[in-house]
Amino acid sequence: MEFLIMNKLGFPLLSALIFLPLAGATVLLLLRHETLIKYWSLTVTMATALLSLPLYPAFDPATARYQFAEHHAWIPALNINYTLGIDGISLLLVLMTTLLMPLCVLGSWKYIEKRVKEFMFCLLLMETSMLGVFMALDFVLFYLMWEAMLIPMYLLIAVWGGPRKTYASTKFFLYTLAGSVLLLVAIIALYLSQGTFSIPMLMGKEYAMTFQTLVFLAFFIAFAIKVPMFPFHTWLPAAHVEAPTAGSVILASVLLKMGVYGFLRFCLPITPDATIMFAPYVLVLSVVGIIYGGLTALAQQDMKKLIAYSSVGHMGFVTLGVFVFNQNGIEGAILQMINHGITTGALFLCVGMIYERTHSRELDRAAGLGKYMPVYVTFLTFFSLSSLAFPGTNSFVGEFLILAGSFADHKLISACAIPGAVLAAAYMLRMLQRMIWGRPHNPDHSGIADLNLREICTLAPLLVFVFWIGLAPAPFMKVMNVTVTNLITQVGEKQAAGMRTQAALTGKTNTLNLEPIKERQ
Amino acid sequence: MMLFAPELFLLLGSLAVFFISTGRDCGKLARTAAMLTALGGTLLCLATFCMQGDLFYGAYRIDLFSQMFKLFICLGLAIVLLVGTELKGVSNRVRPEYYLFMLLSVTGLVMLVSSVELIAIFIALELSSFSMYLLVPLRDDHDGLRIQMESAIKYILFGVVATGIMLFGMSYMFGLTGTTHLAELLPRLHGMSSSPLAILAIAMTLGGFFFKLAVFPFHSWVPDVYQGASNETTAFIASVPKIAAVALLIRITSLSGIESGALVTMLTILSVCSMFYGNLVALVQTDIKRMLGFSGIAHAGYVLLGLVTLKDSGYAAAIYYIIGYMLMTLAGFAVICRVSAKGENLLVDDLSGLHKRSPLLALTMATSMFAMAGIPPFVGFMGKFSLMTEAYRAGHLALVIVAAINTAIGIYYYLSVVKVTYSAEAGQRPVVTLDLTTKALCIILVTFIILLGILPSRIIEIAGTAVKAIM
Repeated sequence: MEFLIMNKLGFPLLSALIFLPLAGATVLLLLRHETLIKYWSLTVTMATALLSLPLYPAFDPATARYQFAEHHAWIPALNINYTLGIDGISLLLVLMTTLLMPLCVLGSWKYIEKRVKEFMFCLLLMETSMLGVFMALDFVLFYLMWEAMLIPMYLLIAVWGGPRKTYASTKFFLYTLAGSVLLLVAIIALYLSQGTFSIPMLMGKEYAMTFQTLVFLAFFIAFAIKVPMFPFHTWLPAAHVEAPTAGSVILASVLLKMGVYGFLRFCLPITPDATIMFAPYVLVLSVVGIIYGGLTALAQQDMKKLIAYSSVGHMGFVTLGVFVFNQNGIEGAILQMINHGITTGALFLCVGMIYERTHSRELDRAAGLGKYMPVYVTFLTFFSLSSLAFPGTNSFVGEFLILAGSFADHKLISACAIPGAVLAAAYMLRMLQRMIWGRPHNPDHSGIADLNLREICTLAPLLVFVFWIGLAPAPFMKVMNVTVTNLITQVGEKQAAGMRTQAALTGKTNTLNLEPIKERQ
Repeated sequence: MMLFAPELFLLLGSLAVFFISTGRDCGKLARTAAMLTALGGTLLCLATFCMQGDLFYGAYRIDLFSQMFKLFICLGLAIVLLVGTELKGVSNRVRPEYYLFMLLSVTGLVMLVSSVELIAIFIALELSSFSMYLLVPLRDDHDGLRIQMESAIKYILFGVVATGIMLFGMSYMFGLTGTTHLAELLPRLHGMSSSPLAILAIAMTLGGFFFKLAVFPFHSWVPDVYQGASNETTAFIASVPKIAAVALLIRITSLSGIESGALVTMLTILSVCSMFYGNLVALVQTDIKRMLGFSGIAHAGYVLLGLVTLKDSGYAAAIYYIIGYMLMTLAGFAVICRVSAKGENLLVDDLSGLHKRSPLLALTMATSMFAMAGIPPFVGFMGKFSLMTEAYRAGHLALVIVAAINTAIGIYYYLSVVKVTYSAEAGQRPVVTLDLTTKALCIILVTFIILLGILPSRIIEIAGTAVKAIM
């Protein structure tokens, strides 16, 4: 248990974060009045967000061990434990999740008109299971949360979704669940080989190559569907388009991150040999995803679809960063996950606000809105610029780090990804141009009101983070630094021999890659 | 005397219902009597939970294994009676008889799990089977097709064939060993576990219980009986007898010894066939009871995952799974019985917009379906998970992968029910109003499906101890 730093805060903070939304959801069942229900959900999500804030100052960035850990026996017969803990990878994801949820509640304030209680209930259940996924250090607990999340998400799309909600929700559910049944077999295989479900204890063990390959493939299918990587992305546009605003935000900001989180938490440390073996293929898929997502986004008329395909491209960058296995790449990938959560979440909220007013998401029908909604388009412009990685915004830092990392080792592949960045500018500016200035035959928007205070409150915090991360990323980078170094060591020990030979041959020393190994020695 | 108390009480209850059935219009009274019998039986099982002893010259054994199963059978009966409170599908005229046969059938099942001698097993099995055959044709004739008669005939014919095969197997067992007591059979059969005749004897004896559990190739009665019997009867047939069947399958499989490759191969093949057949055919069903019937075949295949291990931990997982299955199935049937206005069969589409017509029923249905599909945090997930772990531990990787693939196939039709419930429009379909009992029943079932899924250790532990004692 030396990998855990037990929780010393005096009360189980992580459990409290997981169970507070669940308790809030239970109380919700007793409430009757709709406004009361909304305020209660807002209170619960705000309380969770406030409760999660102390994690940041209390987090010790100098260690790669899992902090605030809790450990209780759960099912002794199978050696299943209730183990929670967070490290530099999960800390930011946990904080992002808790901080986004109040905004999701605010974003659904007017959008959801029927069955408010059930909607908020599903939202709170989602929060519980999402936090559980990021905090779980036991494989069974992880899988439980990972799968349980599908039920409220399915209901969010199937009940409150758009016209094709049945198709979209079924596709989402079948796709993601079918992908993860073999994950369960892989988990059992790991358990039987080591006798434990503890995720940290399974890391860094010696496994036969065939075993690693099979386990990696089972992991990969489950996580690649969730990311989603090309060619497993087809559920995403359907689900995004039909989901209600809050559902889209959760999908884009949190659910997609779970796939990458899975790569970082399981594939790299548990099956390093297989990961290195398959990395070239994953890199190619990432680049294909970047280009494909960009080109498809360029052709979309539906704003939600446009942002959904842009997500495919952005997540391509993230997986690119993960699978180059160096400090810059992985740190950039983690930061870019957060950035994508902030920016894309905000863009979906923006589209939802338009939809509430015009009941359409068509780009043409939203043309020329800038004249009547100056505050709105200001927000939209900043978020769009952030999405295309404009310098000074958050995504620039993330994409820059990823590309810096990938250019270090994979020049050709990185060069192929560059057009993706250009495409992002193209489709985002196309959307902005139409919405702000519009075309001559645009519909009459004169009756449309600009954002109200609630909507400004929803978007403003996200904008703060766009510039905060964009201008001063250090506070976000420092918490992940040691964890990422440790992660690279776990993969790198395998790779190190090959790298040294390569360095000797080219006459250059790749400092980025050798540093972590030196530190450990 | 105390050892035999639950059985005696059930018999007394049956006798009381028999006297009630001689009067006119006594459906309500008979129901109350049956309910009291079920509750009393449950309490007595609890009271005798830790007792041990032999009765009837060693043919009847009271131990943790038997008492645990008895408890769940009686509990199942109580839930079935609550699920079928209104008994819409059976005319008031024959209701007392209906309850009489149901009680007798449960008495047979309760005796079955305690029987440790071949003849006693046979008698108990037949007592329960014949009473159950009679439940099917008691349904009202809804559409003039007399579909319930066809089902009943099919049920009896297939049942008799399965019994015949079982008897044949038992005769081999007796011929090989010269005894009918399981305790004496065990060491003698172990000595010849590689002999084809011993394998054949065990396999054929298992046939009778494969029939009850609806394992391929003894499954062919399932769809028609599920469809033809009234909703309440189907709820009973789909849940309670399967528990007893698993108990006996475990008892007989454990006779074979550890190194019985042929038996393992047979169980593996049957498991794979059951899973694929059940799940693939269920995909295209429109009648919800038929769909549940085929899904039941698939679930029987999952249960066999625990039996192929031939180990106590695997058997414990199978027991845990079948108890969970009983709860999930009964939750589903509770909804079917309420939504069906006059006791007619339901199509999947009849559940359209149920979340608007009755949110609690929709929630119960969704829980039941998600649990059967094996999604956490419900009991179906933990059950499948422990079955797969045990099967993998015993080295059946291919079987585990097949089970995982089947889980993925099964999701489609379970989800299609949830889909209709939650995202289809209700149209002209009426609102379903619920009485207090139903509400309580639904909440209790949902709670237990979740609780058993999150906290399975206690029940697996008890099952493990019980199984160790009989091996």
